[in-house]
Amino acid sequence: MTQPPSITVAGAAAINGAPLFSNIRLEIPAGQWTSLLGSSGAGKSTLLRLIAGLDTGVDFAGTITASDGAPLAGRIAYMAQSDLLAPWLDVIGNVMLGARLRGQTPDRSKAVDLISKVGLASQIHQRPHTLSGGERQRASLARTLMEDRPVVLLDEPFSALDARTRAEMQELAGEMLSGRTVLLVTHEPGEAARLSHHAFLVSAAGLLALDVPGSTPVRAVDDPLTMQAQARMFRQLREAR
Amino acid sequence: MKCAAALARGAFAFVFAIAVWQAIVSLTGVPHFILPGPQRVAQQLWTSRELIAENAIVTFVQILTGLVLGILLGVSTAIQLAMSPFSRMVMRPLIVFAQAVPVFAIAPVLTLWLGYGPASKIVMVVLIIYFPVASAFYDGLMRTPQGFLDLARVMGASSFRELMKLRIPHALPALASGIRLAAVASPFGAVIGEWVGSSQGLGHLMLLSSGRAQSDIMFACLFVLALFTVALYFAVDRLSAFIIARYCEPGA
Repeated sequence: MTQPPSITVAGAAAINGAPLFSNIRLEIPAGQWTSLLGSSGAGKSTLLRLIAGLDTGVDFAGTITASDGAPLAGRIAYMAQSDLLAPWLDVIGNVMLGARLRGQTPDRSKAVDLISKVGLASQIHQRPHTLSGGERQRASLARTLMEDRPVVLLDEPFSALDARTRAEMQELAGEMLSGRTVLLVTHEPGEAARLSHHAFLVSAAGLLALDVPGSTPVRAVDDPLTMQAQARMFRQLREAR
Repeated sequence: MKCAAALARGAFAFVFAIAVWQAIVSLTGVPHFILPGPQRVAQQLWTSRELIAENAIVTFVQILTGLVLGILLGVSTAIQLAMSPFSRMVMRPLIVFAQAVPVFAIAPVLTLWLGYGPASKIVMVVLIIYFPVASAFYDGLMRTPQGFLDLARVMGASSFRELMKLRIPHALPALASGIRLAAVASPFGAVIGEWVGSSQGLGHLMLLSSGRAQSDIMFACLFVLALFTVALYFAVDRLSAFIIARYCEPGA
């Protein structure tokens, strides 16, 4: 993995002329977790998709730049709410999909290693439908790690999981992705409070910086400062129009 | 076990149908040149077995050749349409228009152009199955979930590899259901082609026996054709069940 850059998004976006957000400036610091918190439709996923270079259906006028000046394409790994595992491939086949899609020879031993790191060693040749929701998201995380990119974009990757599995996945992802420039889109104040170095509330009014505890993530679910931060974020989320 | 039960059910239905047939013949006293009884047809099937087999093989080869060619043609059309917006714009209306022309109506034209040999029948089969195969596969290719396409984009896939590694595998179950339709429709093409003009094949033999009021041969031919169609359907059905189990999420 190359040195992770910081990312700056500056500009305005509109859907069919109606502004989605105007003149925002989002700084995503290098090598740290930044969370975007917001209600559905606030435009947080749109921001993430703009950075990923994906279709958004909005007109974006502005710039998306990396601190090292190099283009972001090819330096991003992406993980969505749906695990996006191909049902016809087994776990290792899915983990190596990226290399196959680029026409490269996949590094099988690295894939095996990552699969055991996410705790799926005994399911390596199982197809996704035989896995639980948590296991599927682990496989998806292994695939994201396999890409080994300095920038990782997470679009509500844990929101479909039950509370316990979600907490475990947050810890696993926080540990495995540390040192990368991570952008996490979430509608869960608790998730933002546990995982972020920096967090922003996305609303029609623009971006609002949220207070996060000074400690290093991943923070314990029952850490008092984290719980206070979560409560504060929740209030701000509800107050945002 | 499940297979044995299905076989038993099939055998029962078969025996029941024969019994109904025999009952109609016995009760109505219909002359045998209008509706021969099952026993008469079975006898004819045995005594004319060489004649029927000879002609059946010709028909079966035409059906299978047409099926393979039609599937290949349908698959390549679907891929081309899925890959190129220009092809979609130009070719789709043409294909729909071509489908609006009844294939049976152009059978005489095909015979005129391609002669009495197997070529005109094979082309008939191809024309009949081309559209269902192409449209089923095309629909499948266009229904790749957006999430997969996003992932391929971020991973840096070329559109060719995206097609080979994601879109085609994802569309295989749709193709399988298109092929299942094609398998049932394909025997029509060959037989209609033979009726319009041929020198051999089951359709030819049926037409010939009809002219000579040999209805027992006609029925024997029909029986063989039906048996072949059912066998073809089951083979394709097994294949498609395999593909669906291999490429789909069970229950999805």
